[in-house]
Amino acid sequence: MPPWAFIGLATLATWKIGGRKVGLLTLFGLLFLWDLRLWQATVETLVLVILATIAALLIGIPVGIWFALSRRAWRVFSPVLDMMQTLPSFVYLIPALPFFGLGAVSACFATIVFSVPPVIRLTALGIQNVPSELVEASDAFGGSASQKLFKVQLPLALPTIMAGVNQTMMLALSMVVIAAMIGAGGLGRAVWQSIQRLEAGAGFEAGIGIVILAVILDRSTQALAARARPHGA
Amino acid sequence: MGRITLESVSKIFGPNHVAAVDLIAQGKRKAEIAEACGAVVGLCDVSFEVREGEILILMGLSGSGKSTLLRCMNRLVEPTCGRILVDDVDVTRLSRKELLAFRQKTFGMVFQHFALLPNRTILSNVGFGLEIKNVPAARRTECAMQAIELVGLKGWESKYPHELSGGMQQRAGLARALAADADILLMDEAFSALDPLIRRDMQAELRELQRKLRKTIVFVSHDLDEAVALGGRIVLMKDGAVVQIGQPEEIVARPATAYVARFVEHIDLVAVMRVEQVADRSAPILAPTDSVAEARARVAGARDEAWLVADGGGRFVGRLRPERLAAATPGESVSGLLDLDPDAVETGTPLEVVLDRVAARGSVAVVDPEGRLVGAITSRDVVRALAARPGSHGRDDVHGATSTSQKPAGAERWTGTSQNFPSTRSATRASTGSPSMAVG
Repeated sequence: MPPWAFIGLATLATWKIGGRKVGLLTLFGLLFLWDLRLWQATVETLVLVILATIAALLIGIPVGIWFALSRRAWRVFSPVLDMMQTLPSFVYLIPALPFFGLGAVSACFATIVFSVPPVIRLTALGIQNVPSELVEASDAFGGSASQKLFKVQLPLALPTIMAGVNQTMMLALSMVVIAAMIGAGGLGRAVWQSIQRLEAGAGFEAGIGIVILAVILDRSTQALAARARPHGA
Repeated sequence: MGRITLESVSKIFGPNHVAAVDLIAQGKRKAEIAEACGAVVGLCDVSFEVREGEILILMGLSGSGKSTLLRCMNRLVEPTCGRILVDDVDVTRLSRKELLAFRQKTFGMVFQHFALLPNRTILSNVGFGLEIKNVPAARRTECAMQAIELVGLKGWESKYPHELSGGMQQRAGLARALAADADILLMDEAFSALDPLIRRDMQAELRELQRKLRKTIVFVSHDLDEAVALGGRIVLMKDGAVVQIGQPEEIVARPATAYVARFVEHIDLVAVMRVEQVADRSAPILAPTDSVAEARARVAGARDEAWLVADGGGRFVGRLRPERLAAATPGESVSGLLDLDPDAVETGTPLEVVLDRVAARGSVAVVDPEGRLVGAITSRDVVRALAARPGSHGRDDVHGATSTSQKPAGAERWTGTSQNFPSTRSATRASTGSPSMAVG
């Protein structure tokens, strides 16, 4: 896909989600990156981040639901989540290497492990915070566990879960440079190379690129979260 | 056989279920059991029946177990022991799956804080119970709209709950329970979160709906006036046990324990009392065929504002005012002198409804639903009824008066206000003797 088409589509999408401001931000941000000849790197980073985020959500949301519904699971695994978040992110690179070797797969794996805790935590929190009277209402009308989950708990937890999605995406993005150390491509590699070659200018350009991506992704997912919030609540 | 039958239902929270159940069987109560084995008794050997088509009010202060009891009926709370029968189905024996189906079919529930889903419109909220039953969307909308109309929310169905006032939200909550077409409604402090005016409207409307739909309603409330306004039997609870069951007027007239007496102390008597309880049944009754001379003889000595006239079958015909009787010639028949505005009230009417008529006319006739004369209410009867309330002596400020708990007034003074039911009256009384208060 040619860059201009991608930029156009991305602009349209973000405009639709987040309104004019986010749309324009996407348009000019991506045009700027194209102009800096970082287009290839940007797309690689974007793919890495989005793939890692999707994988993290696929793991994190079900696990979060499980934690919310089972007090015991929550008690047992909550410290594990704490550990995952406090461990320096470099550490995740080590176990990834023997399994997947150098390259994008390892990078993706490390990114997923690092970014999954917030979505687990916020999914669980969102479900636990659904007012007990509403949960009881579902029970009282004879709703089964899955009806309760899909008709009451998940819809009401959605804003919180979306906040988790946002956090997870930001964490994934923050792993970009670190993941470059084990062979991930994209803007991270550009930064990493410029560190090794002491090219402050190039490093700065790539750094700006990451910031622009971060802002675009953050604004769009936040807008999504705001949409998930029930009217007036 | 009632609609819902509870047989020695108990609920234990905390440890030592078995021991606690044994203790209950031995007749021990909440405090003793807590001391003996550390278990908290939520419900203690509760047995009663809910009759088809009645509004039964579960009443008690917070912590008395009324909400727990309500939730035991549809097993939102699992009773520890005892049986609960709904139409011959033992709810306590149902499997998980059967229970869900049974709840869908039988119970509608209304919650204190409405429990409407904020992300759904009123229509979708009202259709929630049907959605759970997998009713197709078109039929669901139709039923939901009917229920919405029934509670007077037409025109609001596409709004979200937060756009409605509390009273309207609770109407939606009620509509949700009605739309599911369950014939037992469980209402948990349903009107407690509403302001007093709205609450009174809702109470009246619930009564009206009940008359129309003949649902069986179990209503939890801590507000005695609400119980009276809804006009059903009351199950009064304390510490998880039932203390007394009966119509409000029975409970007021014959409180089973000192606790009940205290509980009903502040009730608005005129709202509770029914006209037939107040009516003077010994007042002379004239027949339309009586001659004026006979009538004069019969009422001699009675000082009523008017005499009642009933025919041979006991049917109320009219009233005869003394001045007309006095002006008539002895040979005339009573039937020609009657005031033919038979402004009679039926038995079962609360006293408060007729107070203004008693005040305006001096007396009001009370008839049963067949039109037979029961008696008359005069202002004197009203005063007598109000004065006769149990414990009403405590109301005057004579120091020697005994309180309803049969404690000498002095003892109450030194122990301070009652722990269970603080009232302004006992508080002011306590202050007269309390040394700490004397400083202020």
